[in-house]
Amino acid sequence: MSDWPKETKYLGHATPRVDGPAKVTGAAKYTSDVQPAGWLYGMILRSKWPAANITAINLEKAEAVPGIKAAILVREGQRQVRYYGEELAAVAGTSKQACLDALRAIEVTAAPLPFIVDEVESAKPDSPRVFENGPNLGEARVKEQGNVDAAFASAAYVVEGAFSTQVQLHNALETHGTTVSFTPDEVTVWASTQGIFSVRDGLAGNLGVPQNMVRVVCDFMGGGFGAKFGPGVEGMLAAKLSQAAGAPVKLMLTRFDEALAVGNRPSSHQKIKLAADADGKLLAYELDAFGTAGFASGGSSAGGGGGAGFPAPYIYKVPNTRVKQAGVAINAGSARAMRAPGHPQASFGMESIMDELAAKIGMDPVELRLRNDPFDIRRKEYEVGCEKFGWKEKYQKPGSSAGIVKTGIGCAGGSWGGGGRGTQAEVQINPDGTVEVRCGTQDLGTGSRTLIAVIAAEILGLDPSRITARVGDTRFPPSGGSGGSSTSASVSPAVFDACSNALLELQKASGVEDVRGANWNYACQKMGINPLVVPGKWREGLSSSGAGGVHFAEVDVDTETGFIKVKRMVCVHDCGLVVNKLTCESQINGGVIMGLGYALYEQRVMDRQTGVVLNPNFETYKLPNVADIPQIDIILLDMPERGVIGIGEPSVIPSAGSIANAVANAIGVRVTSLPMTPDKVLAALGKVPATSTAGNSVEAAFAAVERAPGIEMEYRDEVPA
Amino acid sequence: MKPSSDSLKTSDSPPPGSVSRRNFLKALGSTAVASAATQVKGVAEDLRKFNAEKIHGPGPASITLEINGEVKHFEVEPRVTLLDVLRNQTSLTGTKEVCDRATCGACTVLFDGTPVYSCMKLAIEAQGHQITTVEGLAKPGQMTAVQKAFVDCDGLQCGFCTPGFVLSVTALLRHNPTPTEEEVRKAVSGNLCRCGSYPRVIAAALEASGVKQTPRAEILTDVRLA
Repeated sequence: MSDWPKETKYLGHATPRVDGPAKVTGAAKYTSDVQPAGWLYGMILRSKWPAANITAINLEKAEAVPGIKAAILVREGQRQVRYYGEELAAVAGTSKQACLDALRAIEVTAAPLPFIVDEVESAKPDSPRVFENGPNLGEARVKEQGNVDAAFASAAYVVEGAFSTQVQLHNALETHGTTVSFTPDEVTVWASTQGIFSVRDGLAGNLGVPQNMVRVVCDFMGGGFGAKFGPGVEGMLAAKLSQAAGAPVKLMLTRFDEALAVGNRPSSHQKIKLAADADGKLLAYELDAFGTAGFASGGSSAGGGGGAGFPAPYIYKVPNTRVKQAGVAINAGSARAMRAPGHPQASFGMESIMDELAAKIGMDPVELRLRNDPFDIRRKEYEVGCEKFGWKEKYQKPGSSAGIVKTGIGCAGGSWGGGGRGTQAEVQINPDGTVEVRCGTQDLGTGSRTLIAVIAAEILGLDPSRITARVGDTRFPPSGGSGGSSTSASVSPAVFDACSNALLELQKASGVEDVRGANWNYACQKMGINPLVVPGKWREGLSSSGAGGVHFAEVDVDTETGFIKVKRMVCVHDCGLVVNKLTCESQINGGVIMGLGYALYEQRVMDRQTGVVLNPNFETYKLPNVADIPQIDIILLDMPERGVIGIGEPSVIPSAGSIANAVANAIGVRVTSLPMTPDKVLAALGKVPATSTAGNSVEAAFAAVERAPGIEMEYRDEVPA
Repeated sequence: MKPSSDSLKTSDSPPPGSVSRRNFLKALGSTAVASAATQVKGVAEDLRKFNAEKIHGPGPASITLEINGEVKHFEVEPRVTLLDVLRNQTSLTGTKEVCDRATCGACTVLFDGTPVYSCMKLAIEAQGHQITTVEGLAKPGQMTAVQKAFVDCDGLQCGFCTPGFVLSVTALLRHNPTPTEEEVRKAVSGNLCRCGSYPRVIAAALEASGVKQTPRAEILTDVRLA
């Protein structure tokens, strides 16, 4: 049992965002909004070659452009670039126009090299090498348990399928960027970041400045989704430009920069074989997979947060399992962690083949999942969701829908570890009874500032309006980066602890026995003229990890146009103790919608002739718009005994799998490749020829994966602990 | 100009200089060729008039803008957009730059009461018009009913797109105080949100129109696992 109070006034209720008024009136100052006196614009010159030897860069003409105050190289001397968009030089000037003019005036001498931007072609041994000292497809990660071949041979049912997922771009609306004021006394950095301390430490290390001389501030930032940790090359350049120009420099990336260079979700190509016994119990699983995480994704570096690997077999325990996964390097910008890295692609592949198995057995897909899912919370979520969705009444065998526009339903599950620790916080109680809570975390739009205010209000027994939650400053007690859905689980216990300690301290300082409620103001007056500052830190028992989540989707598929319309989603999630109903619902909406974009619309498109990203802005890279949004019904299992668990990532995982299964249920054939654009739907229906890289090339790439040397990994199940 | 307010109506009788690519295409696609022809004629007249005037640039020109009821003077090159002037020559940074090419709506301002993308408007051609940014909707420290509804319904997450949505909804409610959900969707169809706040934006707009909204999420307590 956790120590959270049972009877609550704010915890678990709907509290509007405390920074909402600042955001709706334009008063909120984001990183890109700060205007320190005398600030200059910064801009980056990027490689227009996907692969080249850069022999010389001449900045002289750029320096002569009126208004330009500094021009610097990213690196001295000759160098090689490995993707279109790699940083070469940067300028700072008094206007955007001056910087644009200066970038055009920089002279670059380059010897272009052969390049490759398609991972299927890149996997072939004879394709141009991204790194000259090794093949693009390096070593593969291998794990195995049980006797796979014997299990497949004896199984009652065996299904096989090949699936692929695209490269997705984070596309936070505020681009990456920093404003840096470099002075001899202090380096002040306003960063659009998910980790103020990682920006501080990264900059201090790279600039050779002590950490206590660098201050990073992030009051408001316009979204991150996993791509905004550390200062990045752009942050380093902003700092160096500021140092060179002797003035603050604001360097925000353009949308084009954003698509080229600062992260993406890696692609995946998955060949899956799955077997079950006569009762539908899973017996054997085999996966061969490859994907690209950009130029740095060859070999064993493919795993981890930003790599092309993903958990397999996903969420189900299968006694006999063989997995081989490889990363393929291409001449493109590197991947970074993106909202539940690895999981949406894992869920899409696994949940697709599960539905194929259900169809083969002739079993209801939910029933097949209930028989095999080892996680009791997720089984409960299927039960609750089925009821809400009307699954039993709606379910028909795949392809039973009549007419031109066919309706179908589907479901899928996800899993996320989360958890978090280590945060410190401090509470300052002022003599007038107001309170400040300070914590060096950051609010990405997830509502962490409001979460702090809600918890402090509950524990101190105050109205949230009397509490000011301050975040986003490295002068505050430290907290980790906001990634892995760890912020709530890391911050909440520290605030709880600081507030609990503060009550005791106030009691001591004022001599008042019960300082809460009606006595609060009196107690605060009694403590004297000095505010009380009380620290607290993360401790066990108030937060945990391991969330499930299931989505149900209902779709219409127009078999003449290939257009898919998602009509309704029912999403059942758990995040332990629900701290704030309102912001929790918003985060789930956001995950579902980002997952819908992944399922139907979003995809980075590379040009094979020039190596450039062809769709770097929103007229060509389609984000979900209000017209695409279905009815979204959310059910939350409130489990306060588990403590606080994050919800940002679990909410994005099962969307694509559930929509894909609904599409297959509607039209009776499966669209195996994301995004499920109309051409792929029509190709699946046999109405137009397939246009993708399917066929021989993919087979050749899988053959290369099979031949690749393997690094044996320790076997572990990809199910919540 | 965005499709969010009554842009079709304005495209029938365009004020000089008001033709945007979006409106032009929209008029071609949906209403009538006649309307497009009117616009083309409007452009031609506008061009003639423009060319007859003094040529501005390429150096800075003195311009005067009326922003949130205040008259302000700027020295800007003619190639500078209204968005650029707002964000970089005033402290009015509520107007956000996201796509800089009329696809996202984060830079929406009211232009004589009509929502427009300020990234698609040169500052020099914004002279003589009333420009309202998100900061100009309410007095400092106060909120309009629309702004309050966005806060109460959580019609925002990171908040970067929010000023644009607030202005689109504000313009909608000024000419249609009791919109349907479909009308709200249409009004904000020119605004993108990457956090996925759309369901709560719709709720906020409806709440601002007087239809009380509640959180949609159902909370299941006392969960018993099998």
